[in-house]
Amino acid sequence: MYAFDYVKPASVADAVKALSAEDAQPISGGQTLIPTLKQRLGQPSALVDLTKIADLVGIEAGSDSVLVKGATTHAAVAAHEGVMQAIPGLAKLAAHIGDPQVRNRGTIGGSVANNDPAACYPAAVLGLGATVLTDRREIAADDYFQGMFTTALEEGEIVTGVRFPIPEKSAYAKFVQPASRFALTGVYAAKLKGGVRVAVTGASESGVFRWAEAEAALASNWSPEAVETLAAPAADGMIGDIHGAPDYRAHLVKVMTKRAVAAA
Amino acid sequence: MNKQMTGIGASSKRREDVRFLTGKGQYTDDINRHGQLYAHFVRSEVAHGKITKLDASAAAAAPGVAHVFTSKDFEGVGGVPCGWLITDKNGEPMKEPKHPILAEGKVRHVGDPIAVVVAETLAQARDAAELIDLEIEELPAVIDMREALKGGVAVHDEAPDNLCYDWEFVAENKAAVDEAIARAAHVTTLELVNNRLVANPMEPRCAIGEYDRAGDQHTLYTTSQNPHVIRLLMGAFVLGIPEHKLRVVAPDVGGGFGTKIYHYAEEAFVTFAAKKLNKPVKWTASRSEAFMSDAQGRDHVTKVELALDADNNFTALRCLTHANMGAYLSTFAPCIPTWLHGTLLAGNYRTPLIFTNVKAVFTNTVPVDAYRGAGRPEATYQLERVIDKAARELGVSPIALRKQNFIKPDQFPYQTPVAVVYDTGDYDATMDKVVEMADLAGFDARKAEAKSRGKLRGLGFAHYIEACGIAPSSLVGALGARAGLYEAATVRVNPTGSVSVFTGSHSHGQGHETTFAQVVSDMLGIPEDQIDIVHGDTNRVPFGMGTYGSRSLAVGGSAIVKSVEKIVSKARKIAAHLLEASEADITFEDGQFKVAGTDRAKAFGEIALAAYVPHQYPIEEIEPGLEETSFYDPKNFTYPSGGYACEVEVDPETGVVKVCAFHAADDFGNLVNPMIVEGQIHGGVAQGIGQAMLEHCTFDADGQPQAGSYMDYAMPRAADMPMVNIDSSCVTPCTHNPLGVKGCGEAGAIGSPPAFVNAVIDALAERGVTHIDMPLTPQAVWKAIHGASAVAAE
Repeated sequence: MYAFDYVKPASVADAVKALSAEDAQPISGGQTLIPTLKQRLGQPSALVDLTKIADLVGIEAGSDSVLVKGATTHAAVAAHEGVMQAIPGLAKLAAHIGDPQVRNRGTIGGSVANNDPAACYPAAVLGLGATVLTDRREIAADDYFQGMFTTALEEGEIVTGVRFPIPEKSAYAKFVQPASRFALTGVYAAKLKGGVRVAVTGASESGVFRWAEAEAALASNWSPEAVETLAAPAADGMIGDIHGAPDYRAHLVKVMTKRAVAAA
Repeated sequence: MNKQMTGIGASSKRREDVRFLTGKGQYTDDINRHGQLYAHFVRSEVAHGKITKLDASAAAAAPGVAHVFTSKDFEGVGGVPCGWLITDKNGEPMKEPKHPILAEGKVRHVGDPIAVVVAETLAQARDAAELIDLEIEELPAVIDMREALKGGVAVHDEAPDNLCYDWEFVAENKAAVDEAIARAAHVTTLELVNNRLVANPMEPRCAIGEYDRAGDQHTLYTTSQNPHVIRLLMGAFVLGIPEHKLRVVAPDVGGGFGTKIYHYAEEAFVTFAAKKLNKPVKWTASRSEAFMSDAQGRDHVTKVELALDADNNFTALRCLTHANMGAYLSTFAPCIPTWLHGTLLAGNYRTPLIFTNVKAVFTNTVPVDAYRGAGRPEATYQLERVIDKAARELGVSPIALRKQNFIKPDQFPYQTPVAVVYDTGDYDATMDKVVEMADLAGFDARKAEAKSRGKLRGLGFAHYIEACGIAPSSLVGALGARAGLYEAATVRVNPTGSVSVFTGSHSHGQGHETTFAQVVSDMLGIPEDQIDIVHGDTNRVPFGMGTYGSRSLAVGGSAIVKSVEKIVSKARKIAAHLLEASEADITFEDGQFKVAGTDRAKAFGEIALAAYVPHQYPIEEIEPGLEETSFYDPKNFTYPSGGYACEVEVDPETGVVKVCAFHAADDFGNLVNPMIVEGQIHGGVAQGIGQAMLEHCTFDADGQPQAGSYMDYAMPRAADMPMVNIDSSCVTPCTHNPLGVKGCGEAGAIGSPPAFVNAVIDALAERGVTHIDMPLTPQAVWKAIHGASAVAAE
């Protein structure tokens, strides 16, 4: 890795200021960033560490929503009593990201800001219709994810938290890529007051997406059988690699949707 | 299992684990020499290309840089040698193009080293490397072996059609095999791939070169399974350094699996650079470099045909294999698909006629060489798969078909039609044992229960033979080896009776320090903690050939036994003198020399002291001191064998295979440490299941690796493995080594892939699936089910 300055701001305002420097980059766990830097694929002037900002760490479970602050680790979400009771599907998802090292370093803000097409959290954020909070605004999940590694975030904008509505039922079903154990295809299915949402990660070249046909079928009949009668989504536009061709991924979308509904 | 607490047969705890588990191991990268410089290799990013520009002047002027090396620095220096010559079917030697230390005008695989920056820090070396002005004109790459043989694009000018050799064995049998297949009652044919693997030892390779100008002495610290072999190859063939001026040290080594047998360019580089710069030079591979520079394993494409008569007796076997050599010949690469593969094609069976043709092919990929099992897994896999397929086609039990064709216990020694002679074995015993362990009788109920959960359950069997030891020298020499393959040991009894054993075997996970001490303890009747095992330094141990081919106990252990026998023989003479008795009347038991029928005795330690303080000593007849060296060259390979069973459940919706149970019934001959043997089986089975289910080193059409890191290269993890059920109670001791041992290091990796694949095919038979190539990833299994049901629907 190349040399860079390490900046440890104590507040969000200081972090935003530090990020205004040319080629400064936030780090919020670094589980993607550090390996990238080690391969010399990036050359930031400074890394601005968000994980030491007290305001960015913690979980607040309310009566109709759960707020996970941006620099909260996956391990903290997985072990949080309030999350386990309110949205067990979310706690379980967090408990199966990466390995123990990743879960104790990686954060929700880092994951959502990076928007890796095979990451788990984007499926929950979109599947639950959550709201992404930043240092300057609130962004609805449907507006936030804009394709592989692309989000609505502006230059220097920091994810300060994610507010999840508490669903009636929800679950995440993940089919792991055998090597990386990222999601080869992961589906978050949720039955919410406002309706049913089904979000798919890992499968599409456009990043996380909602499977409209499944949402419609499940809205009238929340059951695995309702998914069974559907055709799998089109293979066109699905990711193809050595672990899964587009048709296999499309097939898995259907299977994982069924399993998510069954598990919810 | 032997319950005694020490010596041969005891499950003594591994003494080396104390330092490994407390972070006190001393690996090559832990060694730092005063004033050392760091080497960073600039490697090709394309699979095939011409170097049109290489200007290192800016890099050489960068801060901290001592020198930037290119092929120009190595003019007059030899290439990395190949240690085995194969003669082709026309009597011609194999094509053996030069493997330069650094690319000479052309790059031939992704990772091929082009230049090396040596600087005061690694960061400076990497920074400077970016200043090298390098231009490569990319050439079309040849990746697929059959395409490569069509010619058009040549990896080496010396081999325009990319053929290294075209080998036939047993050539005289060819016509008879063809005829037997033509008139067989049944022929089962199977085309299969033995997938390419990355060895992935936990410790990446590392090398430090050091030069002492005062004494003109070179030292190489390296991650090697065989330091003497490296000294011989590098000293004699690459750099021209005589043995007495070159010391090679392989300290603690974190796993080898074959890939640390070979002499690599990086070792020669640091040795050469240390002299040129008069400073120690260190190189440590990153994991990414390991993926593109460690020799890889397997990569065979095979068509196998098994002929049977009307009574289901095997009558002939024909095997046509393409074996990938990669871009250059690694040290032992040519012998893997030939002498370590063709000679094992009889398996455990009486097949009278066998013929194999192996075409070794150059491609623009990382070189391929031995990997745990080396040739024998490839032979076993095709044999055990084609037999299973034959049983299914004939509607007979795959167990019964195997047993019907087994070599029977009263037929040993057994001359196979493929040169080797098996000394001993009882294949019915191990097969019966594994069938019992696998609870075949209860399988139908388990299958029905799985079906109620929507899962397809399968039970697969395999039986393997292995040839271990990789010796005698006279035999391997006749087959093309350019080295002897004995083993050496010195046993030094210290004046107060403790013992230092210097062995040419090398331990890099096998637990020799424990096992060898057990053998010596048993023979001398002294506690294990009185015995020290020394290995891995050419200045300390006698000329040894190192560790591979499950040879250390059978060959290295035998050398130790020979030396201890000489020690006991000399000590007996000394004891006879001290006890004033005739040598013939002296017995040696539990560490005591006694005059038979009396209570007069001398302990082993007293004899040792007398040998070094020879005041009252038969000095006219016997020299003082108590130290002996032996070189042991065995009469034959050893032939472990065993029956393996694997039970799986397939999720037909996703293609995911779960390994529910794995059973291993092995015949390793006598066991010295049953716990260590069990560990070897666990590890071997994990690697075998890794190959069969997960691991796949593939390249795209341009030669770019598609699984160049752990993000895409799937290693087996604890959760992928069941507890392995192990039995080693079937024992037919080896008849030609003093311990009656056979070797256990590779068996798990040899027997498990066919057992696993046979189990999955058993599960999917009802869906019409007859074969899936390894690795049986979820996608591969799903596609097979999907494809088979699509065909059935038509």
